[in-house]
Amino acid sequence: MNRTRIIDRTGGIFLLAVLAAGVLIPASNLLLPPGNPLHVPDYMIPLLGKYLCYALLAVAVDLVWGYCGVLSLGHGAFFALGGYAMGMYLMRQIGARGVYGNPVLPDFMVFLNYKELPWFWEGFNIFPFAMLMVVLVPGALAFVFGWFAFRSRVTGVYLSIITQAMTFALMLAFFRNDMGFGGNNGLTDFKDILGFPISAPSTRLVLFVLSAVALAAGYVLCRALVTSKYGKVLVAVRDAESRTRFLGYRVENYKLVAWVLSAMLAGVAGALYVPQVGIINPSEFAPAQSIEMVIWVAVGGRGTLVGAALGALIVNAGKTWFTGVLPEAWLFALGALFVLVTLFLPKGVLGLAASLSEKWKARRPSSAPTPSATPAE
Amino acid sequence: MSMLSPSADPYAVKSHGALSLEAELGFLKAEQPGPDPMALTPALLYLDNITVSFDGFRALNALSLVIGEAEMRAIIGPNGAGKTTMMDVITGKTRPNQGVALFAGTNDLTSMDEAAIAQLGIGRKFQTPTVFDMHSVEDNVLLAVKADRRPFANIEWNPSRHERERVEELLERVRLKDSRHRRAGDLSHGQKQWLEIGMLLAQEPRLLLVDEPAAGMTDQETADTAVLLREIAKTRSVVVVEHDMQFVRDLDVKVTVLHEGSVLAEGPLDQVSADDRVIEVYLGR
Repeated sequence: MNRTRIIDRTGGIFLLAVLAAGVLIPASNLLLPPGNPLHVPDYMIPLLGKYLCYALLAVAVDLVWGYCGVLSLGHGAFFALGGYAMGMYLMRQIGARGVYGNPVLPDFMVFLNYKELPWFWEGFNIFPFAMLMVVLVPGALAFVFGWFAFRSRVTGVYLSIITQAMTFALMLAFFRNDMGFGGNNGLTDFKDILGFPISAPSTRLVLFVLSAVALAAGYVLCRALVTSKYGKVLVAVRDAESRTRFLGYRVENYKLVAWVLSAMLAGVAGALYVPQVGIINPSEFAPAQSIEMVIWVAVGGRGTLVGAALGALIVNAGKTWFTGVLPEAWLFALGALFVLVTLFLPKGVLGLAASLSEKWKARRPSSAPTPSATPAE
Repeated sequence: MSMLSPSADPYAVKSHGALSLEAELGFLKAEQPGPDPMALTPALLYLDNITVSFDGFRALNALSLVIGEAEMRAIIGPNGAGKTTMMDVITGKTRPNQGVALFAGTNDLTSMDEAAIAQLGIGRKFQTPTVFDMHSVEDNVLLAVKADRRPFANIEWNPSRHERERVEELLERVRLKDSRHRRAGDLSHGQKQWLEIGMLLAQEPRLLLVDEPAAGMTDQETADTAVLLREIAKTRSVVVVEHDMQFVRDLDVKVTVLHEGSVLAEGPLDQVSADDRVIEVYLGR
């Protein structure tokens, strides 16, 4: 009954690894000479930073899927909205340095004959306001969506389908030029962030470190939530929803809290992603993107948080390698990976690691009996 | 009110830290809802003329049923008689097309959702034992212990002392103290049934709806369950839906026979089972 420790052994190792990466990778990039085999070259930094953003996104997906049983096939929408909020700030920072030299209007607006800035672009030149929007816009969308969906008790595959429809609808909307978000091309050609040149190696290092910190913080936040009594109710909802209702819990409210928080974390991940890749466009809303996120979580191990982050790193590293070697086969490889994991590793890579270490322990004659997982008092 | 005297209630909250038992009971007495002056009926549960139809099929047909305070009632009837639908109506899962459903004389059950009805003091045990398989036995009870049910009230570090003590008492009562750290999914069928009853008691309900508690139990477990339910019924109202006639006999309470969505007969088991119409629709088969 005692609260599970927020940072258990797996979580501790994970946090140490993330923080070590946040320190050692920049150190290696700055201190080691380029010839050294351990030197991390400049071009790798934003790539690794991108992986960390994906890992945070996967943790957010796992919070709702692994613990609450809500299989979201639309988390790309929250990620992209966070990214667009950051992108709008970065666009406004360009100022008169754009191709058309308009001090207020971004290039695409000049090109599309906008006479003045649309009202929803107001305020995005102010960094704190933009950062607030990074969490508020995905959070608000998730709130409205979740309010209706959970209250009308849409569950299972129907819920997954409408999350998919949500991100698809947003993709179509953002593709339109008159939406005011750059249409097909999205937002790009960023110059600087808070006055620092965006493609300078030092800026990229800072963004990388911030991504590592965000991942660690997001993990601790989710972990604190799922180990609380609230988290136990969440798992109860996942496993026996009507039982939970008949105990007097308003299931829809429990889902809504996790759902909104998850969307906000996805928004933060998107905001850190955009300055590192230098572009945000409607393809981030594509349904396939959201499905890929679910695959990351499945590969790493659903309902573990650490596994989700791990899965995101593994699959994306694989993607980078694979698309370099055999680009046209990547989607087939991804599909095969999903099928294989579902068939042979229902608990994902993390589950495999856990059962391997258990086997290894069992083979060695242990001197002391293993202490029970939860002490009595 | 005399029937509700908390001192006779073995499942009442016994522990409130430093308070003496007497002080505790006095406190409880004040908390116990007495006969409400606004009450439309003295009965705890009052169903009148309830009709539920699904696509023209009348699952309940002008059903009327009255359960008193601290009364135990057995509901029997052939498959499709409307037993489960009746429980669905009482617990808010199904809205009746017409009829009145009152709890404690003032609460209109037809206008409330499941969570509100559960918080009001109606606990429900499902036919197949439904517990949280992935949680430990004690966590199952902990989640059921009467407490604030809102999400933000539950983002706390540890269960309160009150919650811990309640969990102890209830695990003791349903004989699962030794299994407290096991996953509920690993329990035997009978143990799951008892765990679910323990979770029901943890909610401190005034009315327990128990759907086939003896299903799948050994003879000994069935007899023990009958004893447990009779003890619970000393202080709380219990409605038991059951097929097992021996079990109903062990309960030794008033029996209501449902047939095609309405009450066919009501009375002691011997009287009811002598009724020609009952024999025709149910017992005779």
